[in-house]
Amino acid sequence: MAMSYSHEQTDLRCLLTPQGERTPAPGSRIDDERALLSGFYRDMSLIRRFDHEAYALQRHGELGLWAPLFGQEATQIGAGRALADQDWVFPSYREHGIAWCRGIGPEEMLGTFRGTEMSGWDPVKYRYAFGQIIIGAQTLHGVGYATGLQLDGMVGNNDPSRDTAVLTVFGDGASSQGAVAEAMMWAASYQAPVVFLCQNNHYAISVPVGRQSRTPLADRALGFGFEGVRIDGNDVLACYQTVGEALDKARDGGGPTFIEAVTYRRGPHTTSDDPSRYRDSLEEQDWAKRDPIDRVRIRLEALGVEPDFFANVEVEAEELGARVRKACAALPEPDLAELFEYVHVEMSEALRAQQREYRSWQDSAGGVA
Amino acid sequence: MSKKLALGQALNLGLRHAMEADDRVVLMGEDIGKLGGVFRVTDGLQKDFGADRVRDTPLAESALIGTAVGMAMRGFRPVVEIQFDGFVFVAFDQIVNQVARLHFRSHGRLIMPIVIRIPFGGGIGAVEHHSECPEAFFAHVPGLRVVSCANPQDAYSMTRQAIASDDPIILLEPKRRYWQTGEVDTEHVEDRWTTSAVRSSPAAKATVVTYGPLVPTALEAAAILADEGTEVDIFDLRTLSPLDLDPVFESVRKTGRAIVTHEAPGHLGLGAEVAARISQECFYSLEAPVLRVTGYDIPYPPSRIEQDHIPDVDRLIDAVERAEAW
Repeated sequence: MAMSYSHEQTDLRCLLTPQGERTPAPGSRIDDERALLSGFYRDMSLIRRFDHEAYALQRHGELGLWAPLFGQEATQIGAGRALADQDWVFPSYREHGIAWCRGIGPEEMLGTFRGTEMSGWDPVKYRYAFGQIIIGAQTLHGVGYATGLQLDGMVGNNDPSRDTAVLTVFGDGASSQGAVAEAMMWAASYQAPVVFLCQNNHYAISVPVGRQSRTPLADRALGFGFEGVRIDGNDVLACYQTVGEALDKARDGGGPTFIEAVTYRRGPHTTSDDPSRYRDSLEEQDWAKRDPIDRVRIRLEALGVEPDFFANVEVEAEELGARVRKACAALPEPDLAELFEYVHVEMSEALRAQQREYRSWQDSAGGVA
Repeated sequence: MSKKLALGQALNLGLRHAMEADDRVVLMGEDIGKLGGVFRVTDGLQKDFGADRVRDTPLAESALIGTAVGMAMRGFRPVVEIQFDGFVFVAFDQIVNQVARLHFRSHGRLIMPIVIRIPFGGGIGAVEHHSECPEAFFAHVPGLRVVSCANPQDAYSMTRQAIASDDPIILLEPKRRYWQTGEVDTEHVEDRWTTSAVRSSPAAKATVVTYGPLVPTALEAAAILADEGTEVDIFDLRTLSPLDLDPVFESVRKTGRAIVTHEAPGHLGLGAEVAARISQECFYSLEAPVLRVTGYDIPYPPSRIEQDHIPDVDRLIDAVERAEAW
């Protein structure tokens, strides 16, 4: 079947090539490149280690499922580090890297995948909404939150420490959902302070992005009346720069931006998936050459960063791995009786009676057996 | 001719035979082609029938159902896979406002021979929105048929029956039983939607009514009760809307006790309708109120404790004993 969608990346905004070279493209936010890239290298290495550890935990039966971010570290760390402290994020379920940048601990991220929690962190504390499994639904929530910011006068005050923007993150598959089109329409209509970050990782489980779109996804934004930018999603500098610019614009009252970060899901959709059924290993090898971390290391070495730095990150990654394994086993087991409390704000008598009934069943021999 | 198949394989064979029998049958869904579906129910079908008839669609459930309506109007028989139960709500508008009503609105001139296959229910350790029981929502809507299979034979037969039917049908597949095996006869397929007595005895002391994933649970409970000297009749509803309760009434008139069990929350669940109808039809025979054993009235819990939520053998036996002691 003919697909006109092009995987060519000639039109991508790129600041750091796969070979680790800086392009002439401007990067106004990249002042101390060495310090910035060192931080990104550490972030990306640690989150990759966390991701691999979680994958292994699933294989050992400690997690019910895992959705790996492997290959998408640059998009997520670049975007995560571009956020201002007061900004909000409305993610899907694979953005462990952005969660990491928000300060959410691995132990908080593992609960939903271990099946001990419906959601593992306080969204208000981290300004990071829960993972969203209904594809694309979070984009509407992000636009709604942004509307609230507008109503509260938190946009366009020329006050960088107070003006606030929303980053909503989704995938190429989600771009087909009505909810995402509606979110873009709504954001444009009200000039809401939202950045739509589409991680085009080339696959909606098994379905290639060409099934979702005949044109680059970024082109869609124009039809809704706002800017769409297409970037190399494996270039952490391009992600940091572009998301940062778009967030600044949103905070200043300039309305929404759509960013298509072209990247690649190097692993399976989830641990339940088997990519060998729908893509060939040559393609995977090709994308391995465009790895987001390798190019940063090459650049850092060229900038004179000593081997000690990389060795220290490796040690830190080892420690993180150990911490993750320990944290997973220590996650508290949930109690069904307690969950009754959270169905409504005002618990009904009928539900309270059911809770009592469950508790007594739990305490009886039947419950134990 | 009969062969041993897993429930998921029986669905696959049913789809295959239906596609061979009628070239207007078209399969649509997310990841149903190359991948063969996340549960492999459509495995090999795109290879054999081509990408026009086994369609890997964009990721948009509302569009899946909405376009199925138009295809049905063009004379096709779309079979749509909704990947997981929780995702069907994205398409709820098209199902309730369009699929269910077009025959009615057209005074019978239009038919909507659409089959919506939904892997449903819990028990596989899944993340949120992957363990829902949406049957009552659809059973409440006039114009839809809702059916659920509980064994490989019914998986095959219902697939054939559903695709052959001119009515829109929600086919609920008990996902945690996909791997359960059984004999499948592909030549003698029932052509009526009926409730099935999967265990019965003249000495039965109670009637247990269920469907889908809990049928094996009920049979297990019945075996334990039988060892303890108590026989029970068990009915697999199979058709959830409309209901076929005459065989259930007959049993309850004999046993005087009825227990309805399903994974979905009890409040306004299918069990409420079954209980009301039993109360009305068997009032003078009842020795105890109709009891329900269901999921609790809470959103589906995290998977580590889903077994506390899903009705199990112990809760079922307890209900039979409570009915007996009433």
